[in-house]
Amino acid sequence: MQILEYPFDSAYILKNKRSIKKELLSEGNFALTKKIAVLGGSTTSEIVKILELFLLNYGIKAQFYESEYNRYWQDACFENKEIEEFAPDIIFIHTSNRNLIKKDFSPSCTKEQIDAELSEQFEHFTQMWENIARVYKCPIIQNNFELPYYRLLGNADCSNIGGKTRYINELNRRFADFAQKHSSFYINDIAYLSASFGLEKWSDPYYWHMFKYALSVPAIPEFAFNVANIIKSIFGMNKKVLALDLDNTLWGGIVGDDGVSGIEIGQETPMSQVYSEFQSYIKSHKDLGIMLTVCSKNEHENAVAGLCHPQSVLSPDDFVVIKANWDPKDKNLVDTAEELNILPESIVFVDDNPAERAIARGQIAKMAIPEIEKVENYIKTIDRNGYFEVTSYSADDAKRVEMYKANAQRTQAQKRFENYEDYLLSLEMSAEILPFCELYLARITQLTNKSNQFNVTTKRYTIEQMNSVCADSNYVTLYGKLVDKFGDNGVVSVVIGNIKENALHIDLWLMSCRVLKRDVEYAMLDTLVSECRKRSISKIYGYYYPTAKNAMVRNLFGDFGFTLEQSDEQNNTVWSLDIADYENKNKVIKVN
Amino acid sequence: MSKYTKEQIYEKLEIIFRDLFDDDDITLSASTTADDIEDWDSLEHINMISAVESEFSMKFAMKEVSTMKNVGEMVDIIISRT
Repeated sequence: MQILEYPFDSAYILKNKRSIKKELLSEGNFALTKKIAVLGGSTTSEIVKILELFLLNYGIKAQFYESEYNRYWQDACFENKEIEEFAPDIIFIHTSNRNLIKKDFSPSCTKEQIDAELSEQFEHFTQMWENIARVYKCPIIQNNFELPYYRLLGNADCSNIGGKTRYINELNRRFADFAQKHSSFYINDIAYLSASFGLEKWSDPYYWHMFKYALSVPAIPEFAFNVANIIKSIFGMNKKVLALDLDNTLWGGIVGDDGVSGIEIGQETPMSQVYSEFQSYIKSHKDLGIMLTVCSKNEHENAVAGLCHPQSVLSPDDFVVIKANWDPKDKNLVDTAEELNILPESIVFVDDNPAERAIARGQIAKMAIPEIEKVENYIKTIDRNGYFEVTSYSADDAKRVEMYKANAQRTQAQKRFENYEDYLLSLEMSAEILPFCELYLARITQLTNKSNQFNVTTKRYTIEQMNSVCADSNYVTLYGKLVDKFGDNGVVSVVIGNIKENALHIDLWLMSCRVLKRDVEYAMLDTLVSECRKRSISKIYGYYYPTAKNAMVRNLFGDFGFTLEQSDEQNNTVWSLDIADYENKNKVIKVN
Repeated sequence: MSKYTKEQIYEKLEIIFRDLFDDDDITLSASTTADDIEDWDSLEHINMISAVESEFSMKFAMKEVSTMKNVGEMVDIIISRT
């Protein structure tokens, strides 16, 4: 589908993803069905949807597993039945410089300190990669890091030992070294991609702060396309042949009319230089094992004469097949495929003439026919389409043995977490859990009105209502603010209870999904119970009202040890807890 | 003075919403909110904002996106900026 080939209209793809998907699915007949686990350090929802389109276009029908927000590391490092059952064919780790452990870059950092932190950061990743190799035994696609979007030290940010740019460049080098030494491990080079896209647009902080996207939404199609290219390459779906037109494609002018001396190739004029650069680019593909052929409407002898131009980079010997005749090009292309014993869809057909491209496109399904436009854009258009993305998956098995051997040795040197609690402790979490205060009321209200998943009642409040609840002594209110070694998560949980006689009725209990499975809810409950004791409240009632989005807290009160009191036809449930014997549940977060 | 009338903006927005949520029955009014459209959740919200921004060649500020209550408020911002 041409709208999914480079250069594509990203805004159009984003806007019409649903109808594009329908159309792709209606074509049916997919060569492969693959399962892809996307483990994200930031929001991945749109990325997965767009990646799915590009893969469908490549004939790969993908099923996806998506980790919860920023749970990539835990998902990959700890036993995870869901992923094991999913049995991914590929695991894609979507991280960015937003996920770096180190936050405080300063010229006062010492080399020893930075080296130690780099090693810690790198091991954070290697531990995860090695665990994936051991447990899931599938290829890994890993983002490297985009450069920082601001430079504290200006230009020295790239050279000073405490510069973030230097730090990221160094990490990227280590990632690259790892990829070089391990098969089945592929870098998704976002350092390059973000530069090419424009770092300023790529890292627009708006998308991070609003929706926790580490890259801007307009960049997602290019990003997803890049990932899709790696995936299709891993599964052996690269193109194999470049079939090239001659006149105005490999040189300027028409050799049959202008004669060999009249065509533009060489170093004399800007036009001849640009064709020469293009020829050099094409010729380099031979080193990748790509076969070159000619598909030109020409007399055969003129075609060969043109290629024998003294300044021509390519010569007739570089081509495995030369079709220079007056037959329709689609016939020549099909013949070429037959002679080479490949499928026509393995060919990339490069022709400057839009009419020839349109005819070939109409006749041969799935052949790649780039819209190359102006000669100065030929290289970019072919290159960015990723037809020949280099991965080597088949020669893999021998190397895998080495990988396991190396893993076993490294394991001993590494700190590992024996269980999840140890991991949580390592996060060095501390929380501020207190009654509502003026300072956070706006954030509390905002969180209340946008939380859908971890929210038992989905009750909404205006800021005025929050103000009056806050001032009313018949209510117990709590907000939870969580800090860990990666940074301050801000206000992440809100609880409101209404006091009636000696009981507290929970009107609202919600939490940001950013901090799922961190035991914040236990810390909140502990504090709530102690607030109740201060007020001589003996019983807490919890209410769960199901919505389309809050299934994850269906049994929250049950997990807390509440007793189910009643349940109606809509599965609204009421729970109660006698707090006389309540013992604190949180063991991993330091409170207040 | 905006180069669009309110009606034109609503028309364009309806096309965007219908494409994005793949539902040709969507009609918009000033009071339309996310609660009125089934698939309009926080994840789709950003796509809607991006699509609107690219359609009208303008940008919303973070603050506006955070406080916009309904389609009417969005239209007012578009009018003021195009």
